[in-house]
Amino acid sequence: MDRGWRLFLRTIVARAYPRVVGQQRQRTWIFFETFLPFVAVSAYVFVYRALNAPADYIGFVVMGGAMTAFWLNIIWSMSAQMYWEKDNGNLALYIMAPNSLMAILLGMAIGGMFATSLRAAVILILGTWVFQVPFVVSSPAQLFAVFLLTMTALYGMGMLFASLFLLFGRDVWQMNTMLQEPVYFLSGFYFPVKSFGFAVALAASIVPMTLGMDAMRQLTFSSGPSIGFLRVRVEIAVLAVLSIVFITAAKYWLDRMERLAIQEGTLTDRRR
Amino acid sequence: MKPEFAIHTEHLGRIYKVRGNRREKRQLKERVALRDVNLQVPRGEFFGLLGPNGAGKTSLIKILVTLLAPTTGRALVAGHDVAKYPQSVRPLINMVSGGESSGYGLLTVRENLWLFAQFYGMDYRTTRTRIDELLEIVGLKDRANTKTSDLSTGLRQKMNIVRGFLTDPHVIFLDEPTLGLDVGASRDVRQFIRNWAAAKPERTVLLTTHYMAEADELCDRVAIINAGKVLDCDSPANLKRRLQREAIFHLEVSPLNGVVHGFEHLPGVRKFVHTPGDGKSELELILESDDAIGGVINTLTTHRARILNLQKREPTLEDVFVDLVGMSLAEAEKNG
Repeated sequence: MDRGWRLFLRTIVARAYPRVVGQQRQRTWIFFETFLPFVAVSAYVFVYRALNAPADYIGFVVMGGAMTAFWLNIIWSMSAQMYWEKDNGNLALYIMAPNSLMAILLGMAIGGMFATSLRAAVILILGTWVFQVPFVVSSPAQLFAVFLLTMTALYGMGMLFASLFLLFGRDVWQMNTMLQEPVYFLSGFYFPVKSFGFAVALAASIVPMTLGMDAMRQLTFSSGPSIGFLRVRVEIAVLAVLSIVFITAAKYWLDRMERLAIQEGTLTDRRR
Repeated sequence: MKPEFAIHTEHLGRIYKVRGNRREKRQLKERVALRDVNLQVPRGEFFGLLGPNGAGKTSLIKILVTLLAPTTGRALVAGHDVAKYPQSVRPLINMVSGGESSGYGLLTVRENLWLFAQFYGMDYRTTRTRIDELLEIVGLKDRANTKTSDLSTGLRQKMNIVRGFLTDPHVIFLDEPTLGLDVGASRDVRQFIRNWAAAKPERTVLLTTHYMAEADELCDRVAIINAGKVLDCDSPANLKRRLQREAIFHLEVSPLNGVVHGFEHLPGVRKFVHTPGDGKSELELILESDDAIGGVINTLTTHRARILNLQKREPTLEDVFVDLVGMSLAEAEKNG
């Protein structure tokens, strides 16, 4: 039997598997996770068109609509996941196996990221085609780096929430609902975050989606640089810092949660 | 050198801190789940923990599988201290619980089993071979590619059993593995466990159950546990032999009312359990000798109770439990 990093990798692949393969078997995702967000995107597009907003704004909305898939995945399938795992008895089996819980979280994150990218791509392609979005990519390399760092920081945040939310028990559902809409608003999913003013935009930057989308807008639309909150290079640096902070914090809290689970005997017991 | 004992506990205790009611919200009450548990289970033994719900069986298993820290004492599994070196214990053990709903419903039986094997670092070929073998043995081979969400409770529990044994653990912990299963499925599961343990002499099984017959049938030794304390520990045959000096009677009589309390003072009556039933009462009596039954019959007749059935029988583990605890397993569960 493998030990060390080989076991770590096996665990990541195994835990990513239900996300990548299992979720595709539930065909309802096509309706709930692509069609419904597309309807929301369409509503914003028609509002912008009615206001005669610049064409790039239609693109902002389509991009925001695609990125909502990731935020929904973070709050419903990452943050709440450990609680569901506790509820169905998987968490106890994870803890008592010789694997690392961090590998479980990473597997959840990587699997979720992969499956959600598929959903986001569908929304993006559909929106671009239906609303004729004019993309002008100034630096594909930077765009790739921004996307990768945004995902790393975002899923790092999801991993941190997954550990923390174990404390909330059944209240996790309300917690998620509370996070969903405010983050859509504060992260500027459908408009440039610069319009909030510096202080609010800075505060909103704690959610990696804020700077990630701002940087992506700057890199993919001709009017992007003029409505950017910070320079792209600065945003890349901040996203890198956020990635490190969230993943380190996730590891710290996960270890703490495991210790608490074993000391108190509360986190692996479905009856408590 | 391999340790002599697969499981060894010394003065093991566990106290839970539980929240009080609304008025006492801020106060934490202490609930003793285990107290001064001393057990030695040699390698290769099929060991049973027998007790009512809430006796402390699951707490003990959780400590042994590294899911719960003891409050006092220590526990060693396969020679390693579970609290200090959980990482040394974990590759050597596995656990199956009754009524488990682990795994992912969207994955097939084979995929779920593969997934859990990966958490133990098992390579692809070994995993595939073992899954095929075990599914064949438990009669689940034809459902290998069925989604877990489409399985019945019994089939799902068979999958859980395979999951636990897939890693070929040195020590397997079975927490009420036949809970909620029908008679046929329970028999299949027991048969599988027995064969698995018999296949290699160093394999150790710790089974918790509140089914007396299950413990009697499977276990080399049984510890009887109630209210967190181990009351006795021996082979089922020895435990029952201790009662063979006594006479055990089962009576069915017309419904009893006040007369129930009168038995306590009858000469020769050691223990009795009264179970009111539908239109009749059942009495289990442990008497010092056969002669004492005369007094019981006289008392029943005086109170105009009709005797519907009277049987003298061999002692069972249930009688051992009654003798040790002073009440039946069902009563112990009712009293919490």
